[in-house]
Amino acid sequence: MSSPRAGRPPMLDVDGLLDDRGTRVLVCCGSGGVGKTTTAAALALRAAERGRRVVVLTIDPARRLAQSLGLRQLGNHPRRVQLDGDFPGELSAMMLDMRRTFDEMVMTHAGRERAEQILANPFYQTISTSFSGTQEYMAMEKLGQLAATGDWDLIVVDTPPSRSALDFLDAPQRLSSVLDGRIIRMLSAPARAGGRGIARLVGAGFGLFAKAVSTVVGGQLLADASAFVQAFDSMFGGFRERAKATYRLLRSPGTAFLVVAAPEPDALREAAYFVERLAAEGMPLAGLVLNRTHPVLADLPAPSALAAADELDRSGDDPVVAAVLRLHADRVAVAEREKRLLGRFVDAHSEVPLIGVPALPTDVHDMEGLREIGHRLAGT
Amino acid sequence: MTTPPSGWTDELARVRLHVVTGKGGTGKTTGAAALAVALAHGGRRVLLVEVEGRQGLAQLFGRSPLPYAEEHLTRVPGGGEVRALAVDAEAALLEYLSMFYNLGFAGRTLRKMGAIEFATTLAPGLRDVLLTGKVKECVTRTDSRGRHAYDAVVLDAPPTGRVAKFLDVTRAMADLAKVGPIRDQSEGVVRLLHSGETAVHLVALLEELPVQETLEAVDELDAADLRPGAVLVNRVRPVRLPAGEVDTAARGAVDAEHVVSGLRNAGLDPAPAVVTGLVDQTVEHALRVRSERAAMTQLAAAGLPVLELPDRPDGIDAGVVHELAELLIEQGVR
Repeated sequence: MSSPRAGRPPMLDVDGLLDDRGTRVLVCCGSGGVGKTTTAAALALRAAERGRRVVVLTIDPARRLAQSLGLRQLGNHPRRVQLDGDFPGELSAMMLDMRRTFDEMVMTHAGRERAEQILANPFYQTISTSFSGTQEYMAMEKLGQLAATGDWDLIVVDTPPSRSALDFLDAPQRLSSVLDGRIIRMLSAPARAGGRGIARLVGAGFGLFAKAVSTVVGGQLLADASAFVQAFDSMFGGFRERAKATYRLLRSPGTAFLVVAAPEPDALREAAYFVERLAAEGMPLAGLVLNRTHPVLADLPAPSALAAADELDRSGDDPVVAAVLRLHADRVAVAEREKRLLGRFVDAHSEVPLIGVPALPTDVHDMEGLREIGHRLAGT
Repeated sequence: MTTPPSGWTDELARVRLHVVTGKGGTGKTTGAAALAVALAHGGRRVLLVEVEGRQGLAQLFGRSPLPYAEEHLTRVPGGGEVRALAVDAEAALLEYLSMFYNLGFAGRTLRKMGAIEFATTLAPGLRDVLLTGKVKECVTRTDSRGRHAYDAVVLDAPPTGRVAKFLDVTRAMADLAKVGPIRDQSEGVVRLLHSGETAVHLVALLEELPVQETLEAVDELDAADLRPGAVLVNRVRPVRLPAGEVDTAARGAVDAEHVVSGLRNAGLDPAPAVVTGLVDQTVEHALRVRSERAAMTQLAAAGLPVLELPDRPDGIDAGVVHELAELLIEQGVR
């Protein structure tokens, strides 16, 4: 399937990407826990300091990172971040409030009266807060809104911390199919016209099924859901149109995807899925960011280091240098594992540009830390 | 940073349902598998359950995806056995309904149409009720002589952010029908989850976010009247520097001259670049050790027993799971 290994993969030119005025949207995707939010924030800061007018849309930032971006208060709109020093660009940041984004969208698309009806429906409250695809859908919606304002020349997007990186592309479709109401109409009114076709299809079992579902979830919930779908019906077209427009934005030449991973088998497997999926969707992949690598800084073979450490331990008079040698050997072992894991990815995707971002020894939660990550992303 | 064997309390030794959670990426599945193998020592039968459709257990043990059935997973020295079950909410719902209604052919068709996914979407609590209901059935099942089918059940549960909600069956039932088969059964589930037979263990790493999420989860579990069990600190890396040297090195005060002379004493003749590299690595190591210590102190504030699992730079497979289980036993798991 893959071509024989053609040496090293190309290096991802992050500064080239950020400096290119043609780059309008930068999407950071990858599985949860790989440092996507930090990467997005660091890229946005670096782009701003290099002269771009940037907004970064974060999904669920760690508390201290959010504070350093001035996002202490949950606002659903971008706020300007104060940067120290004199830079040509500017940086704004926001944290997605999924419920408010949904509410605002309903208010925009439904008439006032109908909007109130929808917002008060118990089923809407479930869908807008706990349905698993809502966060992804609202992230897309927010991206569409930010792009439509024209206030920024670069939008950096963090994606929700879903288990699978692909959820980001699939979840909106899932939510759409729930809201389009076909099944709920069948469930709530199986005897009516829409239901008869289905009844023919699956036989008498359907009526029983509807009865069973109603026994399980309760008649009230079904009634709420039905009322919601009816109220939502009129705005559904607009809803789907917007999702389609955002999807087009994602496929446009101004968009670049960065797949973020950590040197762990699960994260790299997800990264590989995502790379293939982007290709299948015709979405532009800029490259792979491999976070938290541990490159070896001293050219000394591990066996010699360990032999020397044993030697020092025998004499017992230099425990510190023995420790220096042993922690070097540990690091060589970690680096070799990372190289092996990455090697598997590169074998299958040798054309994907990549950059390794060496781990910082402590957590990143201030501008200084983000700037340092930015340097490492740029390979400087 | 070793924990005394008393880490596993007598209360924990009486637990029959071990729920294992953790922030994504902390090694929740590894922790659950190692715990299951540890509990199976001494000839016991343990069931390891996953509920998120990830097939994480199959991957860990290098085998084909698990069906919705209890299957042999691994044998444990002393005649014990771990079996595995991947619970699927949709299959569980069909299983349920077919107990009360003869759906026949319709069940499969409806599933294909997404109607079942829809029903579980309609009431998100339904999915959790079905999953915990199946787990309860496994915990309480007995053979013809009244002996429990499993001595212990280990549940690889949803991550810390969702676990309290997942286990809060009472709240989920508020969304559902006031009468009917699921409600009747859910009362038994609630009793089990809030009893001394259940404990929720938390897998953490010595990093800021996992520690923060672990502490938040403990609070949420307490608030929901669920019982936090032990904290399993995963991927603990060795501390190489003598304790007294860590702070000095973390300040960057590693004496390069001293390193050079030490290396010469050990028969090495390093180039200057090698010495610089070694010094930088040592400073990074010290910084990491210091922030890990702070993380450990924060975790200890939860007042739960803490058990450690070492980092395995070569990755995790079935053999490693057995080794980690031995380490848990050394720390008192029984």
